[in-house]
Amino acid sequence: MGRKLLLDKAHIEGIRYYDTYRANGGYAAAEKALKSMGAEAVVEEVKKSGLRGRGGAGFPTGLKWSFIAKPEGVPRYLVCNADESEPGTFKDRYLMEFIPHLLVEGLLISSFALGANRAYIYIRGEYAWIPDILEQAIAEAKNKGWLGKNILGTGYDLEIFVQRGAGAYICGEETALLESLEGKRGNPRIKPPFPAVKGLWGCPTVVNNVETIAAVVPIINIGGDEYIKFGIGKSTGTKLISACGNINKPGVYEIEMNISVEEFIYSDEYCGGIKGGKRLKACIPGGSSVPVLPANLLLKTAKGETRMMTYESLNDGGFATGSMLGSGGFIVMDEDQCIVRNTLTFARFYHHESCGQCSPCREGTGWMKKVLHNIEYGKGKMSDIDLLWDIQRKIEGNTICPLGDAAAWPVAAAIRHFRDEFEWHVKHPDEALTRNFGLAHYADPLPAPAPAAV
Amino acid sequence: MAEEKKLFKVKIDNISVEVEPGTTILNAARSIGGDVVPPAMCYYSKLQGSGGKCRTCLVKVTKGSEADPRPMPKLVASCRTTVMDGMEVANITSPEVQEARKGVVEFLLLNHPLDCPVCDQAGECDLQNLSYEHGAEATRYEFKRRTFDKIDIGDKIQLHMTRCILCYRCVFTADQLTEKREHGILGRGDASEISTYIHQSLDNNFIGNVIDVCPVGALTDKTFRFKNRVWFLKPMDAHRHCEDPKCCGKTVLWMRGDEVFRVTARKDKYGEVEDFICDTCRFDKKEKSDWIIEGPRKIDRHSVISQGHYVNTVKPKDPLVEVLDGRQPKLLFDIHSTSEVNRPEIDLSKIEGPAHSDDFNK
Repeated sequence: MGRKLLLDKAHIEGIRYYDTYRANGGYAAAEKALKSMGAEAVVEEVKKSGLRGRGGAGFPTGLKWSFIAKPEGVPRYLVCNADESEPGTFKDRYLMEFIPHLLVEGLLISSFALGANRAYIYIRGEYAWIPDILEQAIAEAKNKGWLGKNILGTGYDLEIFVQRGAGAYICGEETALLESLEGKRGNPRIKPPFPAVKGLWGCPTVVNNVETIAAVVPIINIGGDEYIKFGIGKSTGTKLISACGNINKPGVYEIEMNISVEEFIYSDEYCGGIKGGKRLKACIPGGSSVPVLPANLLLKTAKGETRMMTYESLNDGGFATGSMLGSGGFIVMDEDQCIVRNTLTFARFYHHESCGQCSPCREGTGWMKKVLHNIEYGKGKMSDIDLLWDIQRKIEGNTICPLGDAAAWPVAAAIRHFRDEFEWHVKHPDEALTRNFGLAHYADPLPAPAPAAV
Repeated sequence: MAEEKKLFKVKIDNISVEVEPGTTILNAARSIGGDVVPPAMCYYSKLQGSGGKCRTCLVKVTKGSEADPRPMPKLVASCRTTVMDGMEVANITSPEVQEARKGVVEFLLLNHPLDCPVCDQAGECDLQNLSYEHGAEATRYEFKRRTFDKIDIGDKIQLHMTRCILCYRCVFTADQLTEKREHGILGRGDASEISTYIHQSLDNNFIGNVIDVCPVGALTDKTFRFKNRVWFLKPMDAHRHCEDPKCCGKTVLWMRGDEVFRVTARKDKYGEVEDFICDTCRFDKKEKSDWIIEGPRKIDRHSVISQGHYVNTVKPKDPLVEVLDGRQPKLLFDIHSTSEVNRPEIDLSKIEGPAHSDDFNK
């Protein structure tokens, strides 16, 4: 059994409620942080722990916290990004549904560390029932003196508010989230200035993912030095992975970042292997926007090393032969899945969710969708594949926010690794409508590199 | 002793310039002028918060600053990126930038109807100029172009949503020049559209400026609609004393002969107005007598408007009067009364087929 830090008590009945949570060691970290540590010590501890943002980018949280501007007389804000809309990702939902007090406690410690007196939880509108759970938890905590004025007699005040989004993927981008929170149209802002300097209502703001904030609690409990012993290298601690697709046991798993991808997919403790005894074709290891990898590159890196479930190992080889851990939306595809269709689904999603602010994303995502639609439905041309490549190349990196990149990467990776499947769709349009390309050679061992020409 | 301001040294396409801290790369390039100025479709120096959206002004920062010489990882929007001391920027010297810009132009034209032959903006359209300079010769888009339901936004301004490139300039104009905001964006992604919410008509005295800021033909002057092509008109600088304190009263009259076809604000060489004008000046003062005319407007020689050589033209004179020392010419004799050859009573149009000598012998 892998060690757990976040979900170790999730199985206890009634952990959703304050009394049970408190009886099981809850709010001990908050007490420790507020009473005996002080704000700077908390930031130091988080820095020491090597905690990296769990929302997708993997930016060191302690570093992010230390960037926040601290001008006199200007309030600071902490915003919790619970707008979990990435296809394939549903880890925060689990956390908020089952142990909401972990998030509340994490928000309390983080806000205290940042000197914020107001914290917001921006939650996606589709999680319609979760705001009630959170608000109940906040009310309970407030009742017991963990929120409100003069918490634990330290003179520190904190209020937490829950705000529902209206169901736009783009509002998960931090500046769009802030715009939406201010009551405006959720368009990403142009950076700089970064939220750490000018965020919510022009004040310094830190935006963190739900899991990141929750992870602060065990860090304070066990200390940064102890936390760093979980995981490998710079991927410290545990990570929630929401596994889905063609596996026997889909669900949210907390993994210590020291297991291999193979173990995660095939061991009974986690995904339990591919459903129906089929073979693995491809996998998207970090939510819809990260590059898809064929089975042979997923289990072993191009250098022949075992691929681990860590930020570094999944990124090994860059985008040419690697992918990203991203937000932990682990999508597994078996031999019967069609990559073209899958790519079309994602392209349709990004086209629908583009905010329309900057030209490459607004026009390019729709174009990619239409070209992919043609290929999938037997109307494609060979030149369309090159066209797709060219479109994605012109979107990537040229947009205001990362949605453009997120739309471009899946298409790029699909063409890079599965070009023969695209070509098969073009060459056999009628056959492509009735059957899939199948596993082909995607699970074969990687060919040995050719000897360098002298 | 006067306080000495520290200036930042910036190199754009290997041309050095010194600018004040806080200047954007685009404005630094404009202070150099010429070919190194990146094109801008959405940035408008007179509108706060504009820019960063169209991505045509992307440039490559090859050296971040003197203190941190690392290049920036992505191309940046020059209109919203401020310069640092020692920054080095590549615009026309970077093939990567040229390639990206070509891509952006293609994206902008993807859903544009290309109805230039019937568009009033043709000839003074930023998108036409941009695609002429940076675009590809043909589109690779094989799908139906996006269309919108028509919205009537009043009798002064014509909205053609299909031509819009969503630069947001008009949204900022409506936001910043008029007191109440009824003008904005509806929808998302490539279905976004400029609209006045619940089809409200706009009754502010400055809303006409959205016509001038629009880089394409999405917002045009309805009072000028289909009246003339801009390159057949003669732009004249003019002014009048406007009662509106916010209005500068300095305009350009677009004339043919003595007739004023339309009134616009004065635009500089980057297509931005020098000062905003009110709707009374724009729509209601279309008599030559309303204005004090200063002289012909200087138009960039690359513009199609100056190709007609209407600059410095004068009303055509009758040369005969001059030749005759001021005497009016008079009819000396009527040829019909002296010649037998000419038969005015025979109407050529009444003859069927080609005329024959027999026809005159009747």
